[in-house]
This record gives sequence, C-alpha cells and structure tokens, in this order.
Amino acid sequence: MTALITAPDPAVWITLGLTLKVAAWATGINLVLGVAVGWLLARKAFPGRELVDAILTLPFVLPPTVLGYYLLVVIGRRGWLGSWLYDTFGINLIFTWQGAVIAASLVAFPLVLKAARTAFEAVDPQLEQAARVLGLGEWAVFFRVTVPLAWPGILAGTLLVFARSMGEFGATLMVAGSIPGKTQTLSIAVYEAVQAGQDSIANTLVLITSVTCIVVLLLAGRLVPPGTRR
Amino acid sequence: MSFTVDIAKSVGGTRRRFELRVAFETTASRTVIYGPSGAGKSLTLQAIAGLLVPDSGRILFGGETLFDSGARVHVPARARRFGYLFQDYALFPGLNVRQNVAFGLSSGLRNPPRDAGGEAVERWLDALELREVALQRPDELSGGQRQRVALARALVNDPRALLLDEPFSALDPELRQRTRAELDRLLTRIGIPIVMITHDPEDIGWFGERTLYLRDGGIHERPANDPQGP
Repeated sequence: MTALITAPDPAVWITLGLTLKVAAWATGINLVLGVAVGWLLARKAFPGRELVDAILTLPFVLPPTVLGYYLLVVIGRRGWLGSWLYDTFGINLIFTWQGAVIAASLVAFPLVLKAARTAFEAVDPQLEQAARVLGLGEWAVFFRVTVPLAWPGILAGTLLVFARSMGEFGATLMVAGSIPGKTQTLSIAVYEAVQAGQDSIANTLVLITSVTCIVVLLLAGRLVPPGTRR
Repeated sequence: MSFTVDIAKSVGGTRRRFELRVAFETTASRTVIYGPSGAGKSLTLQAIAGLLVPDSGRILFGGETLFDSGARVHVPARARRFGYLFQDYALFPGLNVRQNVAFGLSSGLRNPPRDAGGEAVERWLDALELREVALQRPDELSGGQRQRVALARALVNDPRALLLDEPFSALDPELRQRTRAELDRLLTRIGIPIVMITHDPEDIGWFGERTLYLRDGGIHERPANDPQGP
C-alpha cells in the first residue's frame, strides 16, 4: 500500500515556484493592461466600444483549448507574430515559461478588465473636474483622483487574476506544454501525476495548491477594504 | 475685471436636445445668473471654467481670450486660474481636510501628505475655522464645514475669480442665511470677482450687484414676470 501523501520531492517546490512566477507575471501584465483598457472603455466613447469589450471578454467564455489554439496560430513558430519574432530576434515563445505567462494572461484578462471598467465608471466625473479646475494636468488627475477612487475594484479584479492564473491549465498546456522544471505548473503536474497513477504525488500537489490558494484568498480579504470606500 | 461670454452649445442625444445660447457682458464684481433648474446655468458656468467646450462663440476674462471658436482658442480649465465651488462641493473623499485644501498647490502626480501645510493652507484653515477638523475626512464633517473646506480649497490658489454653483442649496434653511452673511463678508474682504448661478431669489439680494436671468436657454436682463419685460 502506498502512502496517502508523500513527502514533497524537491521538484515540487520548483513547480510551485514556477507556478507563482507565471501567475505573478500574468498579474502584473494584466494590472497594467486592464487599468489602461478598462479606463478607455469606461471614459472614452468611440464607435465599436461595446464590440471591443465583447471581444476582450471572449477568453471568459471560450474553452481554454480554443484560446491555446488561437495563441499557437499567432505566436507559434509559424504564426504571423511568432515567425516575425523568431526571424527578427530569434525569440521563440512556444514551450517556454514566457509562453505560459502569455496564455495565463489572456485567459485571466476579462476578470481585471470587467473589474477596472466598473470601478472607473463608478468614479464621479465631477471630482475629476474639480481637480482640473485646481490646476492639475490629465496624468495628475488620473493618478491622484481617478485611480485612488477606483483602486478597491481594480485590486479585487487583480487578485482574481492571480488566482485564475495559478489554476490555468488548458491554454497553458497547449502553448507551453508540460516540461518538468521548465513549463510544468502545479495544475498540469497534478494532471500528469493522475495520468501516471502516482496518486500520492497528486495528493501532495493538490494539498500544496489548495493551501496556496487559501493563503492568496486570505491576503485578498485583508488587502481589499470592507465595502468600497468612496 | 470683466467677463464677456457669447457662446452656443447643443447637448444631449437625438431624442432630447437642449440648445444653449448665452450672451452677456459684465464688469460687476458680483454677478448672479438666476434661472430655474434645467435652464442651462450649470453649462454656462462650466463653459466659463473651461470644463465644457462650447460649439461656437467666445469667452473673455479681463481682455484675455479664454475661448474663441473662430481662432481655435481653448485655454484648458487648469490654466484659467478660477476658483470653482461645486454644488455638492466635490471634496476628495479619501483625503483629509488639510489634503483637500492643499490639493491645488502642487500639480505633480502625488497627493499632498496627511500633514500638508504651508503658509496659505494655515491661513485658510484659520480664516474658515477648519483647524479643529483639519485631520478629518469629508464624510465626518457637517454640511457647513464641507462648504468651508470647498471654499478654502478654491481660494488657497489665489484664483482670479470665483465661480459658485448653487452654493447654498445643499445647506439647511437656517444655516443658509448665516452662510450667506459669512460669504458676503469674506468676499468683501478678499475682493475677487464672482459669478454665482442660483435658482434661489434670496441670493439675488445678497450677491446680485448685477443679475442676469437665464430661461429657455437664453439670457435676459429682467425677470420673466417683470412688467417692463420681456
């Protein structure tokens, strides 16, 4: 009879580190892009605004494997962006951790976009007007008035992105594969362990994943102030 | 100091359009624009402040062109150096009284620190009796205190003129009369020109050195029911 849980192999910690690294990068990228695009959608009326919103929300409803396929078409070695990157800079994203970051970023993007857009729409434009009359330029208005007021909503969306990126499976597997120590994240390692019948390893990985996610959620609860202060 | 305003602006969607057509000139130190709600008073004041771009026309202050559609001149709100008192004050909710008052003294990307000071801030905290509440947030203040914070914030930058949007409408009736007297004394002391918009006839007696009547999107020199009218 095998043990229910094995003592974690050193490789498990490498997998956990890689998972956190991918999730952290995806969160950082999404924070910047989500704030910028969320602000545009909330504040700038342009033709096709809702169509742009719908297209950017697609990753939320499409199967991750479909997203992974799209990514292969775009950034794969023969993809239109991927071939240019390889020919010009010698950069290859497929089967790399950077590819996993791109996959996780794409899948989680709607979460921060929705949160940021809603948060920006809730900011009273009169407060921005007040700041302009007081002599502030547009960047100062954005960083001193708009962002602080929208911050609780943006932060909540960002933490969801982190959680979603940690658990990403389908698109990551298609783009980055499952190379232990290089691109194999926790969720993929669990799948591999179960496929190989290594139940005790799977149990260990599941336990580590669950504990990490609980810690993230607890941190999120402490970071986001109760009720959205205005 | 004189204001010359001659502007047209069409606002609203296809279903409900509002045509504003306002032309007046005033050299009075206190000008009141009186009219019912929906007559276009706020739009007029916003255009003077630079918060609203008219479709056509021009706005001059003391010979300086602030807006001229023909010459394609639009001085942005931040460069007009007017004080603006918003109807519900538009205080920054996350900042304390000191930070609100000091807000316009720096135009960088960071808000003033919690203990923001300086000669002008201290002077206005004293002048408007705000020292006691200097470290409190706007939601902890009474209506009268909030108005005084908004006034201090507008005046701390030494504006060239003060624009007031229904300054007493958010106050209790018994507080209104006392606040009018206080503002009257303050304006006499600092001697900067004001333009006040209101729908309360009482304000005309206090501040209407020159009174303009706005109705149906146009300016008139006499009230609607004046026997010498139109």
